[in-house]
Amino acid sequence: MLSEFLQYLFTGITIGATYALIALGFTLIYNASHVINFAQGEFLMIGGMTTVSLTGMGVPMPLAIVLAVLLAGVFGILLQRFAIAPAKQADVVTLIIITIGASIFIRGLAQLVWGKEYHVMPNFSRDEPIRIFGAVLNSQSLWVLGVGAVLVVALVLFFTRTLIGKAILATSMNKQAARLVGIRTQLVLMLAFMVSALLGSIAGVVVAPITFTSYDIGIMLGLKGFVAAAIGGLGSGVGAVVGGLLLGVVEAMTAGYVSSDYKDAVAFSMILVVLFFMPRGLFGAKVVERV
Amino acid sequence: MLNRFMQSRLRGLMVLAVILFSLPVFLSNPFHYELATQMAIIAGTVVGLNLLVGFAGQISLGHAGFFGLGAYFTGIMTGHYGWSAIPALVVGAILVGLIAWIVGRPILRLKGHYLSMATLAVGFIIAIIINNERQLTGGPDGMPVPVFDVFGWELSPFGTYSLFGIELNGSEAWYLFAAAVLLVAVWLAQNLIDSPIGRALRSVHGSEVAARVVGVNTARYKSLVFVISAVYASVMGGLYAHFQGFITPAVASFDFSIVLITMVVLGGMGSTMGVILGAVVLKLLPQILTHFQEMEAVMFGLILMLTMIFMPKGLLPTLQMAVSKRLKRRAGGQQ
Amino acid sequence: MNALIEVRGLDKAFGGVHAVEGVSFSVQAGQVYSVIGPNGAGKTTLFNLISGLYTPTSGEIRLNGESTARLEPNQLAERGLCRTFQQMQICMNMTAIENVMLGRHLKLKSNLFSTLFRLPSLLRDEQACRQRAKELMEFVGCGEYLDTDASAMSYGALKRLEIARALAAEPTLILLDEPAAGLNATETAALEVLIRKIAVQGTTVMLVEHDMKLVMGISDHLLVLNYGRVLADGTPAEIRQNPDVIAAYLGG
Repeated sequence: MLSEFLQYLFTGITIGATYALIALGFTLIYNASHVINFAQGEFLMIGGMTTVSLTGMGVPMPLAIVLAVLLAGVFGILLQRFAIAPAKQADVVTLIIITIGASIFIRGLAQLVWGKEYHVMPNFSRDEPIRIFGAVLNSQSLWVLGVGAVLVVALVLFFTRTLIGKAILATSMNKQAARLVGIRTQLVLMLAFMVSALLGSIAGVVVAPITFTSYDIGIMLGLKGFVAAAIGGLGSGVGAVVGGLLLGVVEAMTAGYVSSDYKDAVAFSMILVVLFFMPRGLFGAKVVERV
Repeated sequence: MLNRFMQSRLRGLMVLAVILFSLPVFLSNPFHYELATQMAIIAGTVVGLNLLVGFAGQISLGHAGFFGLGAYFTGIMTGHYGWSAIPALVVGAILVGLIAWIVGRPILRLKGHYLSMATLAVGFIIAIIINNERQLTGGPDGMPVPVFDVFGWELSPFGTYSLFGIELNGSEAWYLFAAAVLLVAVWLAQNLIDSPIGRALRSVHGSEVAARVVGVNTARYKSLVFVISAVYASVMGGLYAHFQGFITPAVASFDFSIVLITMVVLGGMGSTMGVILGAVVLKLLPQILTHFQEMEAVMFGLILMLTMIFMPKGLLPTLQMAVSKRLKRRAGGQQ
Repeated sequence: MNALIEVRGLDKAFGGVHAVEGVSFSVQAGQVYSVIGPNGAGKTTLFNLISGLYTPTSGEIRLNGESTARLEPNQLAERGLCRTFQQMQICMNMTAIENVMLGRHLKLKSNLFSTLFRLPSLLRDEQACRQRAKELMEFVGCGEYLDTDASAMSYGALKRLEIARALAAEPTLILLDEPAAGLNATETAALEVLIRKIAVQGTTVMLVEHDMKLVMGISDHLLVLNYGRVLADGTPAEIRQNPDVIAAYLGG
């Protein structure tokens, strides 16, 4: 009993940590530009796929990972510069469609380069799985959790201690005021997209040994990240992490105790329930409409 | 004044009718007809979705769910229970309307991205149910759907018919039927928009605050338009199921929801003729892009992005603006 | 005599900041009642509370003796309250006259069946509604804009259009939030005439306005707010001589 429960919990927390990282990427871009980036999942795909193909070409894994993450960062910048920035007057829905167009484009490129097959990536380390009360914790899960924790701490430090981080925050709060005090908001927005892409691609790399990877893995993972972000409350960093972990655990429990066919249905029902009681998610900011 | 307004409404409808009924001149084989029929049915769905998105300003990223529900309800009732198509369509539409009302009440309180998230979730849940209830729906493999019939009189893509003495094969007959349905769908939508109810709907988009202070019960009107657009989707889904003769969960998928909303935005939110154009373009584009083979997805994504970046108002409104600007300039030049 | 609007101990806090604090007053039917005070005094917040857009933190508002605590703005509209906004709320996706026709929303029967099939009864109602909207647009002085897109109209014309829309609802009480802001002297003079015309028809007018000449000229009664609290309350003559008001306005 306990071992079963723990097993589901480990699975849930691992995948939840991934969702949390994707949700943080959403949050970052949402805060900086109020865009919901439907191409967020593609950053994961770029991270995972590039690493796999580079290691396949004989590049050592650490270097492959660095190159993959950098490539995703470049895509993040390009996305902001060439797809989002030129459409600044556009409607919310129009921006959604633009990012969907971008994700189809990126996925198309990936398919062109890497084909449609699933790719397997080895675990980062060959350590034996850890057993706790009969439940197995895969070494890669520890990598996911560890990297996730490090990234969250790094993000917190980035936003509270660095000038660039503070500039992003300032721009998200009031673009005009930020510009007035000399912040180059266009540059800041590009940075936000880049950091978000870096986050996403790192998540994509660490989770790839668990989920496998393919050109279209970003669709569902990206959506789950969006669900997690909305559960937590769009724009809230804490919310993104809590939402991600919650979503992962609930999914794993449903798959374990109820039916794996309906695990996604439960995830999507959860968002409806949360939004029903808290229309701005768990940690979303309350805003007063000004008239 | 009112007369002039009515004339302009009728003009749009007439232009559409002329295009729809003269199109067969350019259609040379059953494949063309199949494509055109699908376009008409999907255009009808999008006209309904546009009432919600374009006029009332509420986003739905899960509308294929209602399309799928309509398709599967008709498929199941006619296929498993031997119902005739018309009652299946009508009862299906009522049920889907009811579901939309029950779901819509709470989620339409949400705004912006939260609403898109919630509608996306609703669509997903419907798709997952259809995928998993294998006994009823055939699961991921799909299910066959009987031929469309009007109380015994059958309309099959493989039959032969005669209309006013003209011999028609099944695909031609289906096209004409779908075109007629689209015209009715557009007529009803235009009637709705140009009415007190339509003004209330548009005011929810224009300024929800203004709507409320003049007495519009915005929650009720949002629910109403959500239900109407779901009913549109349900009926069109049902027709689509009969026309195709076979349906898979793809009709209810997130991908298809995205296709539908993209048609609205691409064609021009709030422009009935625009969204029909959007449906046509988005349905044609993959046909044209197959020439690019493996570059297809790349081209599609690129075209979608560029169009939305450079024509954020959508194809038809942008074209109309360009034409009227040119006309004005010409008029100015003559003075 | 029962007051049309009765406000008692009204309080609205945003976070820790009290935008309106312990405000009490009453408005008699038929009055032109103005609320004045420096920027940030809580005037617009007060209007948002009265029209149901904000819920009070504490205190009570009664409209015709009925507590408005649980009423939505549209329910208040049904009870004869309508308003305009300092930040104009015009539906830019409609034509000018459609905006005014929207104001008659509650006066129109909206039946889905007759709408979808465009039955003659609907057409007749629409024609009458359009006629009335046209008259109102002429009444406020933007009759030349009938079928112009609202997005193509000038600021001053939109301000008058918003008043026409509020009037279209045939309110017993109309709230005008800074109707003269951004208008030039001629337009302001026209506005003064318009407000008088509205009052003469028996509609009660509540006004938030900075233009003192306008306010003093047309008001029956004034309420002066300062930092969310009532500073003074009285006729224009009384207010003019109130030492607190003079001190506040002259920066004492």
